[in-house]
Amino acid sequence: MSERSIELTVNGRSYSGTADVRTTLADFLRHGLGLTGTHLGCEHGVCGACTILVDGVSARSCLMLAVQAEGSDVRTIEGLAEPNGDLHPLQTAFRDNHGLQCGFCTPGILMTLMELLDEQPDPTEADVRDAISGNICRCTGYQSIVAAAMQAAAELRKGRRA
Amino acid sequence: MSRVVGHPKHRIEDPALLRGNGRFVDDIALPDLLHVAFVRSTVAHARIIGVDVEIAKDMPGVHAVMQAKDLKPALMSLRMPLGASPSSAQNSSTPFVLSDKEVAYVGEPIAMVVAHSRYEAEDAVAAVIVDYDTLPVVTDARVGAVVGAPVVRTELASNVLNKLKVEFGDIEAAFSDAAHVFHDDLLQHRGCGHPMEGRGVLVEVRPGGNSLCVWSSTQMPHDLFHALSAMLDLDENRLRVITPDVGGGFGPKYCLYPEEFALPAAATILGRNLKWIEDRRENFLAAIQERDQYWSLDVATDADGRVLGMKGSLIHDQGAYAPKPVNLPYNSATAATGPYIVPAYSVDVSIVHTNKVPVSSVRGAGYPQAAFAMERMMDLIATELGIDRAEVRARNLIPPSKMPYTKPLKARSGAAMVYDSGDYPASQAEALAAAGWTDFPQRQAAALAEGRHIGIGMANAVKGTGRGPFESGTVRIAPSGRVSVFTGATAMGQGLATALAQICAEELGIEAEQVTVIAGDTAFSPLGLGGFASRQLVTAGSSVHIASKAVAAKAIKAASHMLDVPEEELELSGGHVRVKGNSNRGMSLAEVATRLRGAPGYAFPADVDPGLESSIQWKTDALAYANACHVVEVEVDVEVGHVTINRYVALHDSGKLINPMIVDGQIHGGIAHGIGNALFEVMGYDESGQPLTTTFAEYLLVTATELPRFETIYLETPSPMNPLGAKGVGEAGTIPAAAAIISAVEDALKPFAVRISQTPIVPETLFNLIQKGRAEMAARGEAIS
Ligand code: FES
Ligand code: FES
Repeated sequence: MSERSIELTVNGRSYSGTADVRTTLADFLRHGLGLTGTHLGCEHGVCGACTILVDGVSARSCLMLAVQAEGSDVRTIEGLAEPNGDLHPLQTAFRDNHGLQCGFCTPGILMTLMELLDEQPDPTEADVRDAISGNICRCTGYQSIVAAAMQAAAELRKGRRA
Repeated sequence: MSRVVGHPKHRIEDPALLRGNGRFVDDIALPDLLHVAFVRSTVAHARIIGVDVEIAKDMPGVHAVMQAKDLKPALMSLRMPLGASPSSAQNSSTPFVLSDKEVAYVGEPIAMVVAHSRYEAEDAVAAVIVDYDTLPVVTDARVGAVVGAPVVRTELASNVLNKLKVEFGDIEAAFSDAAHVFHDDLLQHRGCGHPMEGRGVLVEVRPGGNSLCVWSSTQMPHDLFHALSAMLDLDENRLRVITPDVGGGFGPKYCLYPEEFALPAAATILGRNLKWIEDRRENFLAAIQERDQYWSLDVATDADGRVLGMKGSLIHDQGAYAPKPVNLPYNSATAATGPYIVPAYSVDVSIVHTNKVPVSSVRGAGYPQAAFAMERMMDLIATELGIDRAEVRARNLIPPSKMPYTKPLKARSGAAMVYDSGDYPASQAEALAAAGWTDFPQRQAAALAEGRHIGIGMANAVKGTGRGPFESGTVRIAPSGRVSVFTGATAMGQGLATALAQICAEELGIEAEQVTVIAGDTAFSPLGLGGFASRQLVTAGSSVHIASKAVAAKAIKAASHMLDVPEEELELSGGHVRVKGNSNRGMSLAEVATRLRGAPGYAFPADVDPGLESSIQWKTDALAYANACHVVEVEVDVEVGHVTINRYVALHDSGKLINPMIVDGQIHGGIAHGIGNALFEVMGYDESGQPLTTTFAEYLLVTATELPRFETIYLETPSPMNPLGAKGVGEAGTIPAAAAIISAVEDALKPFAVRISQTPIVPETLFNLIQKGRAEMAARGEAIS
């Protein structure tokens, strides 16, 4: 298979390396860069576990090739916490509300909600349900995830006002 | 009032998972790793004439292509042992590690490609040529059960794996004395387990080449350990099995699988580290499912709708093999009478092989089908006799005055089936009141006047939880003061570590965050059973509770010697043994542990055994019975057969709750699974045994927009069966869900006189039933109200 060199930024750090042209972005992040926080639940674009932000927009990293991310700014679950290690308010809210059980779907749901809260700082519960309707969770029944998103939204709004 | 137990604690599992630092099997990196992909049967039944690997083995990156004959030198047998059984023996229904003569379902593994990357391994899989001589296929267990039907595997004389009769009471008298007899045939389909993480196996060949470490995303690391040690003929000290973080279990990870044997065998032969990660398509093709049960039931009642007896038959689709003893239909048949007094009962069970993926338990393990069967019959009685559905149930529920109540049946352990505690009528009454059952008819009439079809439904359930015979729990305080819990129970996402840490912390006077829980690692816990039957909190929790108490007592005894203070004047708090009323005097648990570690030649505190630790294997044959009542409100769009769930009230009595937050999460997830079983999840096959649903675009799992906000209510009747007073909660939410939803849908369709005798009910099926109802009413000249 032919390899190409790629350069991209992941969670604020620049990486350069080579990837087989057919390597998915998910596999490149997980096995090429060792960022195994992004998970694969279906590899056919339905479950949303692999969702990351590419240039600020949510993307299914199982459906993207690594080479398509050339020059992009990628954000994954590993990049959510503050540099000092404090959890992001969204992560804290998930912990407070039991928004995760096995945690396998969680990376994709967190990244999906990051995008929502960025675009829509004051969502309704229905907005949240809509936003995560492309993410499958087998464990939680989603209610705790919705509660977590609402808490995080309120917390982030407070932060913006301050 | 307890300090740690019984409170909604933050989970100790969460920070790592939320930072992306979990360690699932595919996250573990090993040096010089090779990747495996399997060649799987593309036909449902065939003799294998030949397997041509010539092209595949020379493809780029390919290290080896291995078939059964290549694995043979490392295996005592090519046939798998029976999992989760006392004997572990092979039999004519256990699967093969790799099949070389015949295949009996689409997805059965035939060969494995070992390559430098999974991509290259999959390329080569596509180039392996299997020559099949196809054989007749059985896809319907009812057809397979008929004498003269083609067999699903040529080694079998009949597709009927087993027949059993579950009965008690005088069934003939019950029916001859009956005022009414009602009949129904029920088709129950439950799909797949679908944890979001599929299965996966990683094998490390330890330096020296003669010992293995196996990571598997399994609910049963100890079962795998013992089976592997026998199959590979490995001394116990040469094998370690670890369950890493598991992305959900839900039943499918309860079985032993061919891949879990093929990889260690291949790693032994090749002397290389190997990894196989199941992709979702493989999960549809090769991970166990629960699938089909066909029930035919007659119920006999007196004039007031009191059940006198129930009889009938149950045909259970077992799929091509039976990887473990077939307990699922036994669960179904023995649990069907549920929370009700049924004086006489007789059900004939046939377990029948088909050319489909093997069947074992999915969350609920036969209990949802039992509840569905009984609750549908309750609704039938109510409809036929014109009695309120709740009232019919109330007349038949076991009253609290009869607790403990013995069903004249035996649990699998052979112990009598004794419902230990609970107030079923009060549970039902409270759930109905919360859901506004009594004023629903007015709301329904008002909605109908606007052309909206709303309905309410209910279902009760009882679930035996905490299956034994035991689970291990070791509590140890290291000389550093660090506290560890080791258990054979398996953490698969439920929050087991947090719950066990809470139980331990309660007794040791520390915080849950100070406890490390190591679950599912055979190097640390030589004894263990694993995760199934809503058992772990009850069984491992009881062991950890008793062990923690023993460690606390030991610390006080040792400190009493060391401080020269009577034991009664000492207490544990904040990681110290302190003199009561004098918080400055005492010593840390670390100091006690250091002393109890011993030092060469130094004296030891008298009457105290070495090590600040205790190992307990709390044993039980009895089950702790949890009960539930679900009440659901739906709206049906009768033009398209679409169901919207508007309200969901779930009352659960799961005994004493250790962490109410975790319990709520388990119930929510369980209900969501049950909603899937009621309305969405269908694992389809065509007549040739080809699976029709192999992606999440075809097989629908519920998403956030289909679900209402769940309203949960908890009663806490402590179980007398274990020292915690706890009952299991992992499956309870699923069990009554489909029954309650279908009851509500049927209620919404009252104007069309529709009877629903199946689950799931997808829009097309429902639409057809509505059309049929309309046509029948028109034929009778009735107007639709
Ligand atoms: S893994 Fe990408 S959507 Fe499921
Ligand atoms: S937390 Fe397990 S799949 Fe969502």
